[in-house]
Order: sequence, then structure tokens, then C-alpha cells
Amino acid sequence: MKKKREGLLNEFWYRFSRNRLAVAGSLLVLLLFVVSFLAPLLSPYDPGAINLKEVLSPPSKDHLLGTDQLGRDVLSRMIWGSRISLKVGFVATGIAILIGTLLGALSGYYRGITDSLIMRLVDIMLCFPTFFLILAVIAFLEPSIWNIMIIIGLTGWMGITRLVRADFITLREREFVQAARVIGAGDSRIIFIHMLPNAMASILVAATLGIAGAILTESALSFLGIGVQPPTPSWGNMLTAGKDNIDIAWWLSLFPGLAILLTVLGFNLLGEGIRDSLDPRLRSGR
Amino acid sequence: MIRYLAKRLLFMIPLLFGITLLSFAVIHIAPGSPTDLQTDLNPRASAEMKERLRALYDLDKPLHVQYVLWLKRLLALDLGTSFSPDRRPVTDKILERLPITITINVLSMILIFAVAIPIGVLSAVRQNSLFDKVTGVFVFIGFAAPTFWLALLLMILFGIHLAWLPISGIRSINYEYLPFWSAQIDLARHLVLPVFLSAFGGLAGLSRYMRSNMLEVIRQDYITTARAKGLSERAVIYRHALRNALLPVITILGLSVPGLIGGSVIFDTIFAIPGRLQLFYMSAMARDYPVIMGILFIGAVLTLIGNLLADLSYALADPRIRVS
Repeated sequence: MKKKREGLLNEFWYRFSRNRLAVAGSLLVLLLFVVSFLAPLLSPYDPGAINLKEVLSPPSKDHLLGTDQLGRDVLSRMIWGSRISLKVGFVATGIAILIGTLLGALSGYYRGITDSLIMRLVDIMLCFPTFFLILAVIAFLEPSIWNIMIIIGLTGWMGITRLVRADFITLREREFVQAARVIGAGDSRIIFIHMLPNAMASILVAATLGIAGAILTESALSFLGIGVQPPTPSWGNMLTAGKDNIDIAWWLSLFPGLAILLTVLGFNLLGEGIRDSLDPRLRSGR
Repeated sequence: MIRYLAKRLLFMIPLLFGITLLSFAVIHIAPGSPTDLQTDLNPRASAEMKERLRALYDLDKPLHVQYVLWLKRLLALDLGTSFSPDRRPVTDKILERLPITITINVLSMILIFAVAIPIGVLSAVRQNSLFDKVTGVFVFIGFAAPTFWLALLLMILFGIHLAWLPISGIRSINYEYLPFWSAQIDLARHLVLPVFLSAFGGLAGLSRYMRSNMLEVIRQDYITTARAKGLSERAVIYRHALRNALLPVITILGLSVPGLIGGSVIFDTIFAIPGRLQLFYMSAMARDYPVIMGILFIGAVLTLIGNLLADLSYALADPRIRVS
């Protein structure tokens, strides 16, 4: 058994390491992690330090990416902003995965009335464009990083539910599940110990792509002023400053957006790379 | 077919009911009340006046009574009146925002389909060519780039450095004094960036989708047959393969119906366009319950109709589905 698992892992690694885009994606993600862990060491200035003598100065030797409307160093704020993006991405996706996996598992395992109820709930939730829903909720709550994470999570579980449900519907007919039932394993044991590990692959892919989506959503909300609030630096709210000074300070618009682009690109490439390497038959047209 | 249609339409009713119930509950239970916002800033507002205001809006009644009142009005196709001081019917407030939103969305849809389908087909026919690889890179960037950031960059480039295009609003200040054709050109110049940007995301998605459809179709046996009987490559691709690859696109067309009145709050904010989502956002901030409910309801109805249209047109276009 152990031998076989190692073989599968090797095969996965073989395919993954030969996929240049996937490797590039994982390097981007790795870089992001390193930058956010080492933020205090890497950032040349205090991200909150206001310096009114150097307001809106263009990129120079002192400030590699320029300064903002309060004279704060853009590079330092971007480095600290990476922490916000990662945090939101992981926590929001974690919430979505938790809800999605649980509902999907229940739906696919029990079928019948449970299944129809959960699927109707999914249909209802999908009728609201996600951004609409987020906007509606945000307007009624204090915008804060915690509320943002919870709301992005609570509005992003429907796809995962469908995915896990589909996996469970096929899994429950397999011999090993029936064997587990015959030897008297309880429902929760069958669901969590026997079936869930077999659905992990698709959950992992959905999670990686979900993180990219959550980071994009957070940046859009912060850009609109209803996400992460200043003075906490986030890439989205840095772009708001870019918009306010659009005619005089291009660097405020260019660099934070580039960071979002590379991060999202990294997670997307990584997610698709994992999918293609797990099962070449699932290969998407991309 | 008619039975199927009736079943689908009937099925929409409980779904719509659930949607309205859910949004009604969320909106009303959430903290903040329209009367607070209207009276808190007014030093002369007394507690009694606040009560009168609450009674005027029916907010003093229990929640389920309010919901039933809302449903009753809906059956008469009345979405109520806005809580804002103008007290106008919700339907009017939403309708007046629609022309500009629909104009932008229809134009960008046309752009998406006109550009994405040829790109998708070409990159499938020449799989792994330079063209395919370059468009592939663009697609990945298109998926990852925040559109509001692209908007900022294009505004800086075309609006400020090159000064070719205006960057805000949909009309110039002197619009009313311009002769007819100059006024149309003025409007068009204001719409170039919003239309291009709202097309951008869809462009990436649809061209990729078209490419994978086309790749799938090219591998089918009937394409080999067409080649084997000596048809020219042009005829094989454009007459036999393209038609089949276009089938699933019909579904996309149906699914984008709700998007036509959707639009993006981000563009509305960046370009200062008085679109529908700007109204939604302002209403949510002012706790203007009837307007929020109205917008959500219309959006949900359009989504359901769009899904239905997608399924129906697909069944009409593809005989294999009609049989089963």
C-alpha cells in the first residue's frame, strides 16, 4: 500500500515538474510567502511612516517604487500588503471549503431530500451575482478585514459543494465504500475516513483557484473603500490612492496592481498545474 | 416541449420565493435603519417624529407582515416607492439607469463575440503555433489582472499622457451646445474605455472556451470523414467544425442575459457612470430597502430567465438533446 502511494506521488511530481507554467506558478506563490514572512526584514521603511517632505515623489534610489500622498514608501507598503492578501485569500477560501465540503458531502452521500434541499440552496445563492451579494452585506456591516474574509467565504462555497457532491455520488457506489458499510462502519466514519480523502484532489484544486479569486475580490472591495481600511496597507486600497492622484502619480497605480496580477496568476497557474498533473484526463483546454 | 417549458416556469416560482425571502431577511435584519440615517443628523428630529417616519415606511410592523405587504405589491407588479426624500417609484428609479448600462453591456458583448470567437477558432486550428501561445499568455493575464487596475492604466495612458480620450462621465460639460453628430461622437469617445474594459474579462474567457470546443470537435470522427472525402481544409474547418463548436456558445449567450443589465460597480465608480450598480450601492448605503429589493429581484428574475433561455435555445439548436 505504501509503495503504491509513493508511486502515485512520484508520478504526480514527474508530471508537475515537467509543466513549465505550473512550476512558474509555484515559484510566484513561494516568492509571495517569503516576502510576507520576511516583511519586517525586507521593507526598507516603516509602512506607516508619514513623511510630508516627500509627498508623491516618483520612483528614485531612496524610494524604489516612489511614495504616496502622505510620503509613505510604496515598496514597504506593498510588502506589508502581501500579508493582507495572503491572509484574506487563505481564511476566506478556508471558510468556503469547509462549508462547501460539508454540504457537498451530505448532499452526495445521503441524496434524497437532503440533496434537493442543499441543491436548491445552491441554486438560490447562485442567482445573486457574488459581487452584488458581497456589496449588499458589506453596506450593512462595518468594513473590516474579518468581515471581508467571512463574507467572501460565505458567498464562495457553491462551486465546491457541487464539485464534492459529484465526487461523492460516484464514490458511494464504489466497492470500498460498500465494504465499509457491510462491516458496520457508521455514516460519519464512511464520509470522513473513507470517502473524503478520495475527494481531496478536486478540493485542493478548487482551493488553490479559490484563493486567487478571493484575493481579487478583496482587492476590488478595498479599492472601493469597503474592504480593508486605511491606514492598514492593502494592494486594493493603495490603488484607491492611485486613482485619486491619477493625473500626477502613475507609480501609485502601476505597482500595487502588478503585485495583484502576479499573485493571482501564480495561484491560477499552480491550481491548473495540480489539476493537470493529478489526472491528465481532466486536462482543461487551457 | 410545452410541458417541459411549463415545468421549468413553475419550478422558478419557489426559487424566486426563496430568493426574495432570503434577501428580505438579510436586508432587514442587518444593523442600521433608513430612519436612523435620515434623523440622526437632524438636531430637530424628535423621537416621536422618528416613530411617525417608521410608521410611514411600515417599519413598525413585524417583519413577516412587512414581507407579505411587499409580496402583495409585487403581485400587482409594483416594487414600492423609494425611502429617499424624492419618494419616487422604485421601478422608475431602476428604469432610468438602464439605458446607459445596457448600451455599454450590449456594445461590449458584441465586441466579445466578434473578437473572441475568431481568436479561439484560429488558436485551435493552429494549436501550439506562435499565435496560439501568444493568445494563451494574454488569456492568463486577462484572468488574473484586476479590471479596475487595467482601467487605471488605460486612463493614465490614453486619458492623461496621450490625452486622446476623456476619462470620466458619459458626456462633456458642453454637451448640450454641441450639434447632433458631434454630440454622438462625444458620447462614443466617453464610452470607448468602459466598453473595452468590460469586454476584457469576457474576451479571455470566451476565447479559451471557444478554443477548447474547437479542439474537441476537430478530433471527432465526422471531421476525419470530411477530410477523407477530399473536402478542402477551409470547408472542413468553417462548414463542419465551426458550426458544431459554436453550439455551446449559445448557452453562454443565454447565461449572459442577466449580465446585460448587470454592469460593474467598479466601472461606475471609476468612470463616474450613473449606472445601475451605482444606484444599488447608494441605496444600500442609505438603507433604501425597496430599491435594494427591487434591484435584487429584477436581477434574480433575469438570471432565471437567462438560464431557461440557454437551455431552450440549446435544445432547439441541437437535435441530439431534443430527443433525450
